[in-house]
Order: sequence, then structure tokens, then C-alpha cells
Amino acid sequence: MIGNERLTGILLDSFWKILLPGLTVTIPLTILAFSFAMVIAVFLALVQFANVRILKPLARFYIWVIRGTPLLVQLFVIFYGLPRVGIVLDPFPSAVIVFSINEGAYAAEIMRAALESVPRGQLEAGYCVGMSYLQIMRRILLPQAFRTAFPSLSNSLISMVKDTSLAANITVTEMFMMTQRIVARTYEPLALYLEVGLIYLLFSTVLTKLQSIGEKKLNFYGYQGKEKKGKA
Amino acid sequence: MIAVKKIQKAFGDNQVLRDVSLTVEKGDVVAILGPSGSGKTTLLRCLNFLERADGGELVFDGTHVLFAKAGRQEIAQIRKKTAFVFQNFNLFLNKTALENVTEGLIIARKMPKKQAEELGMRALDKVGLSDRYHYYPHQLSGGQQQRVAIARAIAAEPEIIYFDEPTSALDPELTGEVLDVIRELAAEGMTMLVVTHEMSFARNVSTKVVFMEGGVIVEEGPSKEFFEAPKEERTRVFLKRILSAGTEEADNERPNTKR
Repeated sequence: MIGNERLTGILLDSFWKILLPGLTVTIPLTILAFSFAMVIAVFLALVQFANVRILKPLARFYIWVIRGTPLLVQLFVIFYGLPRVGIVLDPFPSAVIVFSINEGAYAAEIMRAALESVPRGQLEAGYCVGMSYLQIMRRILLPQAFRTAFPSLSNSLISMVKDTSLAANITVTEMFMMTQRIVARTYEPLALYLEVGLIYLLFSTVLTKLQSIGEKKLNFYGYQGKEKKGKA
Repeated sequence: MIAVKKIQKAFGDNQVLRDVSLTVEKGDVVAILGPSGSGKTTLLRCLNFLERADGGELVFDGTHVLFAKAGRQEIAQIRKKTAFVFQNFNLFLNKTALENVTEGLIIARKMPKKQAEELGMRALDKVGLSDRYHYYPHQLSGGQQQRVAIARAIAAEPEIIYFDEPTSALDPELTGEVLDVIRELAAEGMTMLVVTHEMSFARNVSTKVVFMEGGVIVEEGPSKEFFEAPKEERTRVFLKRILSAGTEEADNERPNTKR
């Protein structure tokens, strides 16, 4: 059938057209935003764990507001709202900022819970051998907390890859916006939206695979049980 | 070497330590006995500032420090001369046995890694773990973990080691290996303050016994006298109760050969 050939042509042609902004926008956006989010998360988790005055209630407030409002609203406030008070940001930096701030709040809670799950006695033991709070944090508690948090954080990362499609709403030309454009030209919504969904699935699959490799790598400290002997 | 003068500590309305005074001379092995809730663990924790006492004074090697007012520097100075062995070992779970011992030396004391590792291996050899350098805590038995903790304590060459019920979290068949190590340290003249429920240890290894109840020291003295001729009625009651309940435990102890 002629129709089928046309459709196959469109799908093949659009695959690379969609994948390109995936590689040049979606992935950089995710990597940048997630890295910043990690910094925010560790900072907020530490502030709460150490019960720092003033900063702790501020951290709670931040987490409360960000977790309690839609990501889409946050994107609109930053990109369409801020120009009203003279702050004009390009689409891509706006998206990076919003995704960092948003993910930072969620990841902070993950990190805080993970930190609290590390047996506390190690802090006292660290003090007793003369280490400072920050030394103990950096060398003993945080590495263990990170190991605990890793599966949840991987989960967040996978979510974020998909959520970046929302950036289309603030004119970031990422995969989804590119798809919309091609649909407008070819009028093949079903095939093309399925195709972009498939590309997201591809990205997520790669990340899931990376997660399980990462978990295996992190599964040290002898947690596998006593039968397996340590690296001698 | 150490003198504690009138230390006080309350948790809310609960007065845990009431003007406790105590002196420890170099080479002393002091066993602190007493029913649970008598304040013995709190006393030990206050001495190392893991718990902040409300009042009292500590004289350490001639340096006077007020418990309630000691600053970061003073606390660091005191901790440098002491080591602490916990009931629950509190090993660093992301570090191997050897790293547990060297961590404080390298990070806190800025010792070159090579030198720290040599010291660490020697400390582990001493507690009988020459074949477990690179094992993580989760790969070790409770007794082995506590011995790593003791190696961590002695590696820094402290002037005194505080032991907080070092065998209480262990299965009965594992207490012996830990007590043997402590006994060996005692024989070498290490100064130690040991909160314990092991009566045979207090009787045979310690040089001095302190009996606490209700936040005060009821009786103290050389361990022989303490067990053979206790002066206070409360001590007699305690010993009678503990010894009748613990004969089994005492029988399991290996006969003491070192002293």
C-alpha cells in the first residue's frame, strides 16, 4: 500500500530528527539539572540532619513549596512570570533552573531519609578517633547514605528524563516539541507520538540498565553475606 | 592520671549522676559495676564528652577542664589521649577492618598512610585478626568486630581506654575472645575504665572496682577487698543477687592465668 510506504518514510525520517534534540537537549538538560539537584539535595539533607538553626526551617519551607506545586506551574512562573519583574531568561536555562530546584526538593528527602538510616553510633566512633563532624560526614556517613539512596535516586533520574518533555511548554526544542512540529506538518499523530514514546522508553531502558550495573558496583561493604569472603 | 570531681548530669528531671568523684591512676584497670540505670555508662560517656555533663571538673594529666564549659579545642585534646570501645562496636561499615583502624590516624591525626597501615596491621595482629585485614564489618562475627574496635582504640596509643559494656552485645560463646584481649592489655599495663556486667572479669582482671547505684558511687576499692569484704549493705545485696544469677556465666569464663 502506498500509504504504508509514506508512513514508513515519515517514521524513519523523523526518528533521527527527534533523536537529535534528544541527544542535544533532553540529555544535557537532564544531566545538568540532576547534577545541580544533587548538590541542592545533599546541602538540604545535611542542614536538616545536623539541625542547623534558621537554615533547617528554611529547608523545610523550600521542600514544602516545591513538592506542593506542579512542575508545569513552576516552569511557567520562571519563564513567563519572571519577565514581569525584569528577569528574562532563555528557555533552556529556565528549564535547567526549574528542574534542578524541583528535583532538589525530592532528592533532599531521599538523602535525608538515607542519612538517618545510617547507624548513628558511627558518628560517635568518629568523634572518639578525633575526626570532625564534616570529616565523618564526608568519609563515613554520606558514602553509606548514598548507597542506600542510589535506587531511589535512579528512579528520580528516570522520571526526570520523561518530565523534560514538559519543557516544550516553555519553548525548549526538545524531543517532544520536535515531534509536535513534525505532526503538524505530516498529520500522523498516532504514529509519531508512539515513536517519541518509544525513544523515551529507549532512554529509560538504558538508564535502568545503568542502575542495575551501578547497584552491583555499590554492593560492597560485605553486605552479600558472610559466605563470600572479602577481597583478600 | 585522671581525676573526676563532682560530675553531675541530668536528662530532664532525671538526675543520672550526682556529684560523682573518681580517680584513676596510670596502670589501673577500673571496673565500674552497678545495676542498669545507675549512671555508669553516662559517666563514661561524659568523660569523653559524648554526653555533655552539667557540672564538675576533669583533671587529665594535670590539665583542668570544666565539664560544662570545655571548648572544642579542649575536647579535641582530651579525645586525643583517650579511646572508646562501644557496646555495639560502632565500626565504620563502609571501611574494612584495617581502614577502620587507620581512618582516625590518617584523617584526624594526619599520619602518613604507610605508617598508619603498619600501625593498623600491628594493632590487628595483636587482637588476633591478622587474617582479616580486608574484611568489612558485615563479614565479621560480633567478637571479631569488637576486636577490630579494640584495635582501633589501641592504634592511637591512648593513655586510657574507656570500655562501655564491651561484651554485652555478644553471644555468650564470643565474650571470651574479647575479654582475653582486654586481659592482655591489662597485663601490659594499659590504663582502662571498664563498665561491665562480667563479674569474673571485675574480680580477676580489674585492679579496682567502683560500684554505682542511683547516680552515686556506693563503694569503691581494690577488687579483692570489694568482692571478699564489701563494706556497704547495698553492695552486698547487689553482689548476692548478681553472683547467684551469674554463676553459670562465671563458670564459662576461662580461668585467669595472667594475674
